[in-house]
Amino acid sequence: MAVSDWEPVVGLEVHAHLKTRTKMFCRCELEYGAAENTRTCPVCLAHPGALPVPNGRAIELTILLGLALDCEIAGRAIFARKNYFYPDLPKGYQISQYEAPLCGPGRFGLPAADGEREIGIVRAHLEEDAAKTVHAGGATGRSVGADYSLVDFNRGGTPLLEIVTAPDLRSADEAMWFLRLLRQTIVELGISDAEMEKGTLRADVNVSVRRRGEAGFRPRWEIKNMNSFTFVGRAIEAAFRQQVAAHEAGEEVVQSTYDYDADTDRLTVHRSKEEADDYRYFPEPDLVPVEPPAELVERLRKQVRERPAERIARLGEHVGLPAAVELVTTGNEWKAEALAAEGVEWRAAHAIAMNRGDFLRENAPALARIVQANVTREALDDAFAAAAEGPIAADDYLARTAVSDEEALRPVIEAVLAAHPQQVETYHGGKEGVLGFLVGQVMRETQGKADAKVVNRLLTERLRR
Amino acid sequence: MIDTLRLTAEEAKRLLDAREVSGGELFSAYLEAIGARDEELHCYLHVCDDPGGNGIPIAVKDVIGTRGIPTTAGSKILEGYLPVYDATVVERLKAHGLRVLGKTNTDEFAMGSSTENSAFGPTRNPWDPARVPGGSGGGSAAAVSAGLAPWALGSDTGGSIKQPSALCGNVGLRPTYGTVSRYGVVAFASSLDQVGPVARTVRDCAYLYSVIAGRDECDTTTVDLPQPVEVPQAEDVRRLRIGVPKELNEAEGIEPGVAAAVRAAIDKLAELGAEVGECSLPLSVEYGMPCYYLIAPAEASSNLARYDGVRYGFRAAAGERLEMYERTRDEGFGDEPKRRIMLGTYALSAGYYDAYYGQAQRVRTVIKREHDALFERFDALLSPTSPTVAFPLGARTADPIAMYLSDLLTIPSCMAGLPGLNVPCGLSEGLPVGLQLIGPQFGENTLFRIGHTLEQALGFDPVPERLR
Amino acid sequence: MAIERQQILHVAHLARLELREGEVERLGTQLNDILAAVSKVSELDLEDVPPTSHPLDVVNVWAEDEPRPSLAAREALANAPEQEGDYFRVPPGG
Ligand SMILES: [Mg+2]
Ligand SMILES: [Zn+2]
Repeated sequence: MAVSDWEPVVGLEVHAHLKTRTKMFCRCELEYGAAENTRTCPVCLAHPGALPVPNGRAIELTILLGLALDCEIAGRAIFARKNYFYPDLPKGYQISQYEAPLCGPGRFGLPAADGEREIGIVRAHLEEDAAKTVHAGGATGRSVGADYSLVDFNRGGTPLLEIVTAPDLRSADEAMWFLRLLRQTIVELGISDAEMEKGTLRADVNVSVRRRGEAGFRPRWEIKNMNSFTFVGRAIEAAFRQQVAAHEAGEEVVQSTYDYDADTDRLTVHRSKEEADDYRYFPEPDLVPVEPPAELVERLRKQVRERPAERIARLGEHVGLPAAVELVTTGNEWKAEALAAEGVEWRAAHAIAMNRGDFLRENAPALARIVQANVTREALDDAFAAAAEGPIAADDYLARTAVSDEEALRPVIEAVLAAHPQQVETYHGGKEGVLGFLVGQVMRETQGKADAKVVNRLLTERLRR
Repeated sequence: MIDTLRLTAEEAKRLLDAREVSGGELFSAYLEAIGARDEELHCYLHVCDDPGGNGIPIAVKDVIGTRGIPTTAGSKILEGYLPVYDATVVERLKAHGLRVLGKTNTDEFAMGSSTENSAFGPTRNPWDPARVPGGSGGGSAAAVSAGLAPWALGSDTGGSIKQPSALCGNVGLRPTYGTVSRYGVVAFASSLDQVGPVARTVRDCAYLYSVIAGRDECDTTTVDLPQPVEVPQAEDVRRLRIGVPKELNEAEGIEPGVAAAVRAAIDKLAELGAEVGECSLPLSVEYGMPCYYLIAPAEASSNLARYDGVRYGFRAAAGERLEMYERTRDEGFGDEPKRRIMLGTYALSAGYYDAYYGQAQRVRTVIKREHDALFERFDALLSPTSPTVAFPLGARTADPIAMYLSDLLTIPSCMAGLPGLNVPCGLSEGLPVGLQLIGPQFGENTLFRIGHTLEQALGFDPVPERLR
Repeated sequence: MAIERQQILHVAHLARLELREGEVERLGTQLNDILAAVSKVSELDLEDVPPTSHPLDVVNVWAEDEPRPSLAAREALANAPEQEGDYFRVPPGG
């Protein structure tokens, strides 16, 4: 049996820090990089008697994401306690949502070369992040083997959005592709900065494998807290390789949590006697249910415009998916659209949008006329420079058309050759590099109006005679 | 010369307003009384210096957080802990100029019915130091009865205000769930915990309730009172419909002396024009205890998880983290919290949730409905607060279930989130007997009115005979 | 249903309680007695009765996303059993 007979089955649990000013259940201000333990209070330090008060903005942002993913918005959402012990979890439980999340099943249309792939969204819910633990001393810098740990509670209680996908992803590339577009959606809606390197976007990856065409699922491995797109991809590849090898060798693949070791590019079983497999979820008695008011949901629905995945699919038909992604993720999308709307051919519009600077939207028609006319390079540069500053008139630039009329150029060329006999000799001596100088001279004689390509050709022909 | 044994808060306020005594004189009068009697009774875990001002002194149960004043909840695991903030109820006391006298003894984390589970030793009953004051709020109840405070704050989860007030012979209110903030109050069982007043008269009790009640933005489970608190004036119960639930009044284990005193009070109410009628709460009484001992421990097992030796309180020496957690909690918690943490953890654990916690929450709905139905026919329900008078120290410590039965009669209405007022109604074997008046949600004013009328009609003397 | 010693130890681990020998036995017996008593709730058939997790039916209580002052690190760490700089210090994981 070959590896090609197998396919990976991948599901993601994505965590994103919500873009709120304060924490999820207290009003400590969120500030990345603030001095340790200067953003805490009795609530986020879990002092005796302290009680949580939900952040209304965080609830709104979660519903907004739910709407962007076509999720069912719950009629009644309930916070629940997830019980386990760890120094970065001051209450001894995380307030999350269990049986009644804010956002129920939804879908994500993933643009693909062969049409669209639908990725199922199982749920999206609101919870709080843990604090930061620094493992000091020891060799690894990991918890195990450290001499002691230091805890900073500034991050503890940061609003965290958890998005769970169905196991619908079928390759490492597809998983990364999905993650990129999901991130773009989250960022565009202002829900989160979603920066993996800053830890404001994290992903748990569930991977299993199965023979192509096989129904049902085999035991899966859970890889926690991936904090880079590349590692997500590599971890999936590694899990795929190791699991296929195991299945082929007839070894048992056990469902468990794994760590990805970037150095060895392998997955190893995550072992810790501190982990509880029994979280004893129950409804948080310190909080009341959330019943999203219809008017709130409708107000938020208006904020969900055409989603990046949809726009990429649409642009992709004109310029191809990679170019479409380039336009959408760089924010150059509108330029290409504005120019294309004025009749500029799509690929040219993409090239201009990516390579020219910003310009005022109102200048799109003028610019479209200019780029489609045969004007000089200088004219084009001047036009875009001016178009960024204020309104421009196409006619000011259309006059500066490039001279490509050979009859008009021949006399100029003869004059230039006559004026520079030395360079002509050098050329015939084999140093053809001098041609550039001669072209330059012709361009000067024509105040840059000559079409450089034509001049080049005519000069070469003339000198070869 | 101030007689702290008889001085009510109301009278104290009059003396202060009339400048007949100064705030300082009043405060030190209580400090003297504490110096003279608390050696024997051990009502206080911590006594404060006079913070100054002219307000009435007040004792505060040690589960209620007080900024800069030790707050231990009667547990070794919080020994030496100094809160960095005041509980909302304490802020409200201070806003009314009240001055904290000290922190009163309690069963560890308010888990108990005798105050014998305090890690710092038991409190004794002012009527008979060989007996318990009830619990968990034995410290507050005993302090008020022994003249060591004009009034006090307690907390009630399944009877911790009403039962000690009954056993010590004073007035205690467990308010409607959600009318008093729990912010800053060491949590035992979040969906049941309520702070409430302990006083020598119903009027004092009502006034103190008006000070602490009302919505708190720091506790999302609080609401504003639908109508303001009325400190009772008139002694009038005419045409009030008072229900006497058979199961609460004839439960096995109710001492004859207790039943007799309560019966006499019921007759007195009828005499005064109340419409007394028998009624029934079959499921609430039969399933109240089991329901309570699943829900309360489950919530407690989670609420007590924060005591891990990382951020505050006691930490046991250990070289490794897991060891540090397990030793800290083993050495820091006493037997009762451990029993309930174990029970609650088990009841919530995979495979048992539906059979235990889930089922208990449904039973809770049944109990709530049974009570709601009765309040369509009655303005208040009446029964003994405790099946027995104060029992001897040590009598029930060996047998948890016998101890749990002390709250048999108070638990059902707690499960339903309803208010309950204990009013002393006589003596049995020379020890106080208390009756509980249970009201509908937000029915406190009716309870105060009935309680005040009874108080006047029965003329019970709240001062322990041996201290008169 | 009675709990066996193994379960007692498992629950104790979930609850982070290091029970000493005597304790396991004593707690075990007491827990079984209490469980026998509370299991009474299962007598009732409450299929279609909704659970009550709150005696009060309030919904939608939340706060504006407006910062309030936090504690100074000094206050936050005032009760710390052990600290290093402005961090809480704990023993290493096993
Ligand atoms: Mg989660
Ligand atoms: Zn905070």
